[in-house]
Amino acid sequence: MSLARKHPMNPHQDHHHGLAPHQCGECCTTLDRISVTFNGHRALEDISLHLHCGELTTLVGPNGAGKSTFLRALLGEVPYSGTIHFLPVFGHGREDAPAVGYVPQQLEFDRASPLSVRDLFACALSRWSVVLRRSRRDGRTVREALATVEAEHLIDRKLGQLSGGELQRVLLALSLTPVPNLLLLDEPVSGIDLPGREMFYRMVSDLRQRLDLSILLVSHDLAGVTVVSDRIVFLNRRIVCSGPPAAVIAHPEVRRAFGLDLAAAILPTPAPPS
Amino acid sequence: MNLWHELIGRLPFEWAQFGFMRTALLAVIIVSPLFAVMGTLVINNRMAFFSDAIGHASLTGVGIGVLLGLADPFWALLGFGLILGLGIISLQRFTRSAMDTVISLSMSFSIALGVALLSRGGNFNKFSRYLVGDLLSITPDEVGHLLVIALLVGGGLLLAYNRILLVGLNESLARSRGLSPWWTQVLFCSGVVMVVIMNLSWVGILIVNSLLIVPAAGARNLADNARQYVLYAVAIALFSGITGLVASYYTNTATGASIVLVAIGCFVLTLAIKAIRSKLGH
Repeated sequence: MSLARKHPMNPHQDHHHGLAPHQCGECCTTLDRISVTFNGHRALEDISLHLHCGELTTLVGPNGAGKSTFLRALLGEVPYSGTIHFLPVFGHGREDAPAVGYVPQQLEFDRASPLSVRDLFACALSRWSVVLRRSRRDGRTVREALATVEAEHLIDRKLGQLSGGELQRVLLALSLTPVPNLLLLDEPVSGIDLPGREMFYRMVSDLRQRLDLSILLVSHDLAGVTVVSDRIVFLNRRIVCSGPPAAVIAHPEVRRAFGLDLAAAILPTPAPPS
Repeated sequence: MNLWHELIGRLPFEWAQFGFMRTALLAVIIVSPLFAVMGTLVINNRMAFFSDAIGHASLTGVGIGVLLGLADPFWALLGFGLILGLGIISLQRFTRSAMDTVISLSMSFSIALGVALLSRGGNFNKFSRYLVGDLLSITPDEVGHLLVIALLVGGGLLLAYNRILLVGLNESLARSRGLSPWWTQVLFCSGVVMVVIMNLSWVGILIVNSLLIVPAAGARNLADNARQYVLYAVAIALFSGITGLVASYYTNTATGASIVLVAIGCFVLTLAIKAIRSKLGH
């Protein structure tokens, strides 16, 4: 694979811009000309993107821009044309690791279900029925996973009793067990209060560096993601623009989509914190 | 088998002196835990209505069996149940219709067809035993078959328990963990069909679903994790199975119905326990 390859369809593809020292910058998930068509309607057109290790890429865009479709293509849930290479190159990736870890958008589930956090991990990790066996080793794995998201105390809590933020942290811990090559976060903070959001972003940001993880985040929360993202991709069926947060925020179409100019006109100076 | 009859026969109860009661008791002890474990998954995967449809669809299965001139309609029942079950989940998945609509449709179809087939010539009453069921007529041979099937289905269920739970929780999450929601659902639904059909003739079409749902629903009120969920469900199922059987002996009522009534009693009790626990701030 040529590292310097640029796609003619995507002039904004910025490869290896300003890598921080912790980033190997060489292993990546490569998406080449991904298109998805539903009933003759083009949902995604010619998406080419490289997702690097240690880098947090955020996908923003209006409703119906194809953000969820894009994630579902990565998860293999919708058919697409083009190629996706999950394989790590130059031996940097984790060969035996799952291709993707996934944190769903507000997990829809039955809140009365008597499943505990420990059960959720056991279901996903162990082949032994949760009913039969509860090994100490598995318990330690779960506890360690939860510790990375400061959620150790939730281990015996029922899933239905968790707050939105707690549930997202637990799902984050699950998606990192074992550590995948690519982590997909689908609107992970929608419906979570501000302190919960900040905590979640801080954790994701730490994990990216500590585990040298490539992360793809889908979000509506432009303000929140600007701080944590290495790169923002503005999607509207095709990639409208992509680059460092500051550059993307300056793009006229992004400003229009998020009403940034309007906000600036109404509030010429930022209100001082009260 | 002889040992069983000898052991139970020594119990100082009137009912224990009858061979058919001892055989029925053994059947209850084999089948109740299986129903309970399956029920926990049926409720968690929101398939309660599905298993109900399978139960009712067996009317058509009996009808087809009669049409084919089979002495024992078991294979017709199982075949039609599987076709209908897989039909329901395929329809739901590929047309993306709401599950309850699809099930309602299939149920209307199969009940109507079943009643039409069985009422030909005005002989519907002959088949009412399938509606109510008769546990006390179960033979030792049938109990043997029940045991084999229960071990097979039960073993498979325990092996697949984790993945069925995960698929029921969230399909995208399950897929990201390398599971195939579709094949998991196919396997699970086939299991449900088998359990429902094989117990039909002694529980009866009208209440076979209750045996699946009620113990698990009660266990939900008490359990804090998956293991307790299954343990409580099995306990409730065994208790209501045995109590219901013995009660039906003394009250001379249909056994299946008695079992379900006791199970409902247990369910109400769990509701009360839940209310008390939450009042105590548990």
